[in-house]
Amino acid sequence: MNAPADLSPAVTAIDFARQTAVVARLRAFMPAAQVLFAAEDTRPYECDGLSAYRQVPMVVVLPDTEEQVSRILATCCEMGVPVVPRGAGTGLSGGALPMGDGVLLSLAKFNKIVAVDHAARTARVQPGVRNLAISEAVAHLGLYYAPDPSSQIACSIGGNVAENSGGVHCLKYGLTVHNVLKVRGYTVKGELVEFGGAALDSPGYDLLALVIGSEGMLAVTTEVTVKLVPKPEKAQVILASFDNVEKAGNAVAAVIAAGIIPAGLEMMDKPATAAVEQYVHAGYDLDAEAILLCESDGTSEEVAEEIGRMEAVLSKSGATRFSVSASEEERLRAWSGRKAAFPAVGRISPDYYCMDGTIPRKSLGEILLFIAQMEKKYGLRCPNVFHAGDGNLHPLILFNANDPDELHRTEEFAAEVLEKCIALGGTITGEHGVGIEKINQMCIQFKPAELAMFRAVKAAFDEQGLLNPAKNIPTLHRCAEFGGMHVHGGALPHPELPRF
Amino acid sequence: MNTEAFSQAIRAAAADGRPLRIKGGGTKDFYGQSFAGEVLDTRDYRGIVDYEPTELVITARCGTPLAEIEAALAAHNQMLAFEPPHFGAGATLGGVVASGLAGPRRAAQGLYYGSVRDHMLGAKLMNSDGVVLAFGGTVMKNVAGYDVSRVIAGSLGTLGLITEVSIKVLPRPVANRSLRLALDENMALAKLCEWGGLPLPISASAWNDGELCLRLEGAEAAVKSAAARLGGEAVSSAEADAYWQGLREQTSDFFAGAAPLWRFSLPATAPPVALTGVQLIEWGGAQRWFKTSASAGEVRAAAAQAGGHATLFRAGSASKDGIGVFTPLDPVQARIQRNLKQAFDPRGIFNPGRLYREF
Repeated sequence: MNAPADLSPAVTAIDFARQTAVVARLRAFMPAAQVLFAAEDTRPYECDGLSAYRQVPMVVVLPDTEEQVSRILATCCEMGVPVVPRGAGTGLSGGALPMGDGVLLSLAKFNKIVAVDHAARTARVQPGVRNLAISEAVAHLGLYYAPDPSSQIACSIGGNVAENSGGVHCLKYGLTVHNVLKVRGYTVKGELVEFGGAALDSPGYDLLALVIGSEGMLAVTTEVTVKLVPKPEKAQVILASFDNVEKAGNAVAAVIAAGIIPAGLEMMDKPATAAVEQYVHAGYDLDAEAILLCESDGTSEEVAEEIGRMEAVLSKSGATRFSVSASEEERLRAWSGRKAAFPAVGRISPDYYCMDGTIPRKSLGEILLFIAQMEKKYGLRCPNVFHAGDGNLHPLILFNANDPDELHRTEEFAAEVLEKCIALGGTITGEHGVGIEKINQMCIQFKPAELAMFRAVKAAFDEQGLLNPAKNIPTLHRCAEFGGMHVHGGALPHPELPRF
Repeated sequence: MNTEAFSQAIRAAAADGRPLRIKGGGTKDFYGQSFAGEVLDTRDYRGIVDYEPTELVITARCGTPLAEIEAALAAHNQMLAFEPPHFGAGATLGGVVASGLAGPRRAAQGLYYGSVRDHMLGAKLMNSDGVVLAFGGTVMKNVAGYDVSRVIAGSLGTLGLITEVSIKVLPRPVANRSLRLALDENMALAKLCEWGGLPLPISASAWNDGELCLRLEGAEAAVKSAAARLGGEAVSSAEADAYWQGLREQTSDFFAGAAPLWRFSLPATAPPVALTGVQLIEWGGAQRWFKTSASAGEVRAAAAQAGGHATLFRAGSASKDGIGVFTPLDPVQARIQRNLKQAFDPRGIFNPGRLYREF
């Protein structure tokens, strides 16, 4: 979203006596310039990429050493002050929404690539390093970092770890969790802790897998060791047009059934290609109801063989038109449209709301039909871009945030789509995280006993519940309140709970 | 069978604080710390719940024989990419997940293969109240809540009874070919490291006693050109199949005999480890097996020096008692792991002590 709008929960007023006490303790070991508390200094941190939620933090700290991070955490823990970690601030679910009675811990100064080990094909990077900067720094070695979220020019690796980000190539090369060897960080008490290591596994429970995707609620990351993989010799992309979206969905299933794992497999519907084409001129077929981008990479021989197999499957699946990129320039042009989908949509509407549900691929036709019905019901447009290979949908609801009713309708629209994703056997978030935005839908996706288990997991790392509390995992109280407002087919969720 | 019988047995055990020993085919009984507990047999709770080849996901109950899963996948030309060892007839899917063990393809290059946890999409876990909790799901991208289903992989049944799992599957490679090269340990490690940085379809590697075996898998053209580039002697497909299976199942000659078997998990770039006994290297250098009579202290010191850790995989004629099977944890890790066990199993009834004696 790119204009003011406010969905924030009740804003917490700053307790100035408390603020003074916390600032004094932090300034005892931090330079004054790195501890901010005046309203004009803390205001820029009031939201992340989801600007509909805003809260000015009580204090902002900007450490530049691990020792400072450790002491900040130990101090806050001792004083019982909640801490919200923040990376680049590009998150789309409000995971870095500050707390009015808390400290916002910015890791913006942790922006260095510490070391690249060519032989081991790993890089040690600080959390503030941008995703794309890693690949750029190792390109001369013929290596790259595989996960490539669309926001890769801006998003940082610390945030990728917090959200277990994917990207357009994750079907073949995996998510963040598959491409990180080690996370070094600090517990809420300020103790150094390392999850994973230089080997492929570590003793005991796989805490690395738990920490990745935990939205900064279990530990504060200060360094990430990522795996680097050899850059494929060649890549080629097929652009295929379809005269209906269901056929395109079936073509995706047919490619997989043929035993092919494409390097990338993306779908865009007609409204999305129209918006993109005006903006970047990627050369998309504007008559198609849906287009597929289907990429192969590997050695030249491998790509030639795989592209041949893909072409056969796509044409058999009813593609009305297709073209294969003849040069690297053409390939990048084909992708430029997909990667620019969000900003392109931003140009045709004052605001847009990006969803992130995942569904089993076979339900693609059904969800798109459902979204079309919701467009009519709420009187709002919704172009779709879709990581077709892995079932992750990004419908973009277009609205005007200055119209409170439109904002409200957008929220309802989004909630209905997420609930439909759950009903289809999918999930409310594939890669953007729950944060504050989707916390109510967690009450639908999980039973009270499962939510209780998540809270127990958090407590295993953070007994006092001080690290990024109030995100991701709702309290039963919150679910009961949400349930009260949210009755489906006459059935009240969690009838066993007392109402508040 | 339904889960009600499990629920009753678990609630009864929880009420009396009696430890349970969760057991499928019993093929991995040797693995982990020894401990006492009443057997909770999972084998009657079996069957594939859902398998749609085009979704690349299989969902099955814990007692489903691994062989049944493999046959169902093979019928659609798919596989469990991490190539799990059976270690005997009757291995179950629950045991595959609980042990978290992967076979030769673990460190494959090119298309992403990985370990058991890397392919976990969802799991159902019965807690000590006899209630089934569901985590994750059947889709490949899912960040709602903590990623509990991946933590369950390799937890040795200590976090609860795994009743059902959803696992990502992959197509079988179109072509494969195995090669044999005569190389000493230093040279083999250096070459594996060099090839690892190149786009080559090496899906498995094993070095022992002056001989390096490589398996190439992928598109026909890629396998052919890599084979030409790497050289060495071609191995017939029958011989190669037997070789990689013997390695995965630890039935090949190297694993015979009663000497303790240690598993080293190291950075692939670690130099040769100096230890008495015999060695077999897998996963491009990242997994090294030692049959040695060296003391646990010497073994662990060697692993730590090489930047990894060592597990007493099979005690053989030696006793596990007095030796921690898994590398001891530092105090912060130990506290978090103990807390996690407590969070999942507050009554301490699920395989207590199998992973670490303290929990």
